[in-house]
Amino acid sequence: MKKNIKFYSGAELVAKAAIDAGCRFFGGYPITPSSEIAEHMAKELPKVGGTFIQMEDEIAAMGSVIGASLAGKKSLTATSGPGFSLKQENLGYAYMAEVPVVICNVMRGGPSTGLPTALAQADIMQAKWGTHGDHPVIALTPAYLEEVYELTIKAFNYSEIYRIPVILLLDELIAHLSTAIELPDKDLLVIKDRRKPTVTPDKYFPYDTAYGDVPPMANFFEGYRYHVTGLSHNKTGFPTTDPDLVQADQERHLRKVNANKGKIIDFESYKMKDADIVVFAYGSTSRAARVAIDNARKLDIKVGMVRLRVIWPLPEAEILKLCSKVKAIIVPEMNMGQLSNVIEKYAADRTKIVRINHVGGVPIHPSNILDVIKEVR
Amino acid sequence: MKQSHYEARFAGVGGQGVILAGKILAYGMVNFEECQAIQTPTYTAQVRGGATKVDVVLDKKHIEYPRTENIDFFLSLHQKSFDIYFKDLKDDAIVVVDPNLTPNIPKDIPQQVFLVDLVEIAKKEMGKALYAAVLAVGFFAGITKMIKEKNVQKSVIDNSPKGTEVENLKAVKIGYALAKEALKRKEDLVRLTLKDIDKNKL
Repeated sequence: MKKNIKFYSGAELVAKAAIDAGCRFFGGYPITPSSEIAEHMAKELPKVGGTFIQMEDEIAAMGSVIGASLAGKKSLTATSGPGFSLKQENLGYAYMAEVPVVICNVMRGGPSTGLPTALAQADIMQAKWGTHGDHPVIALTPAYLEEVYELTIKAFNYSEIYRIPVILLLDELIAHLSTAIELPDKDLLVIKDRRKPTVTPDKYFPYDTAYGDVPPMANFFEGYRYHVTGLSHNKTGFPTTDPDLVQADQERHLRKVNANKGKIIDFESYKMKDADIVVFAYGSTSRAARVAIDNARKLDIKVGMVRLRVIWPLPEAEILKLCSKVKAIIVPEMNMGQLSNVIEKYAADRTKIVRINHVGGVPIHPSNILDVIKEVR
Repeated sequence: MKQSHYEARFAGVGGQGVILAGKILAYGMVNFEECQAIQTPTYTAQVRGGATKVDVVLDKKHIEYPRTENIDFFLSLHQKSFDIYFKDLKDDAIVVVDPNLTPNIPKDIPQQVFLVDLVEIAKKEMGKALYAAVLAVGFFAGITKMIKEKNVQKSVIDNSPKGTEVENLKAVKIGYALAKEALKRKEDLVRLTLKDIDKNKL
């Protein structure tokens, strides 16, 4: 019997999942359409002994979650559009200093203040390349409220396991819609915590690769001290310009995600067995795609869907396989083709890439996708 | 729930409480009518005074596409929201507007229109214009029979701030009674005021 069914909004579930994952600090600055996440955190965090702080702007908010995480608290910030732009420099700092945090970006139309209250999937590439320099990226794209809960917890787990910031990409529709869902039993949740040092403070190095690609992380105020910087650094945390050390460190940073892609990549295959047309979708757009596919199947069109639950890293091997197998890949997106540009490179003329790009703030309708499916059949 | 799929839209301007109306309906359907419901609010950048709406999609089965496509019930508390959101309606949809705040209704629309003084009644009977949104849900229940009056009441209690229960429950009752009266009328344009119901029988 279903027992844990309640009525939630997407934003509320980000907050709930964060707290259930052990998050005890939120630093943010309100911005539509992400503000409801901050509202829920402000209400719920104090009840579990956590701290909520509204900072003076998004830059400071990103700084505050990095600081809180260094002090040992799992931390969340939430933002949208222009706020995500403002967080980019400190986001890079978190990659460089290897500080686990979760950034939820409820996407809205851009550039600039763009469409504050409307639906978009405009920050796919900003999540990947928004901050300068090479860095390992994990970004998750839930499409259902059950997934908002599940993937928010995963975001925290990945940030703790790999000592990196993790990006949760919601679109406005998923953050704002409310419905009843059943949550998993809290006792059955898998919650990961950062690896802590086993040595005494005098023997501790914060970036000691003797322990592997993800060095143990000491919390501040527990007797351990180290230097935190955005500059390239050696194992002590102090700056270095030694070319060999810098090279090795950059490679290690990327390896943290690249070597574990198999565990992180996450997509759903829908009606793909006999499909010769595939819709490649993520977030709320995939829900319109699923309805379109069901309707196309009634017309005997062999179409399926690959739906990304994790958008970065991409399932490259699967995409390459698809490119040789299907006659067309349809990519519906609420942007001007950020993901389809990437897929097109993999396809390299082996299959046709068909784009559906809506940026007016109105969701892509199932009939928009069905029309394209009929055209390419 | 009477039909297997139903779509409702409550529209107004920011501050009128229409988003709450959507939540009361969706919450009530899910918790007390064993129905699936998805509620999606839409608002503009202007918090107070900007057009706003909430769509509620109801279905006996899983709802994949969460947006409305063919609206069965449309209610507007303001001209601004009527002008923007009066679209995607079925020809036989129920249309409810507050005529004092929504004076311009196109004459040649196919739907039956109910003109109800929702905001005025809310102010007079409950003391605040805000209760118009709860009146609206009561009216919805009475005219569509999609949700039982007692289930609207339960949902209102779960979703209203402490200290407002008495007024909210009264709003549901008045809304429901107005709808019962509305059902008796057959003309294209139905005008309803507080005088059309017997308050002693509530």
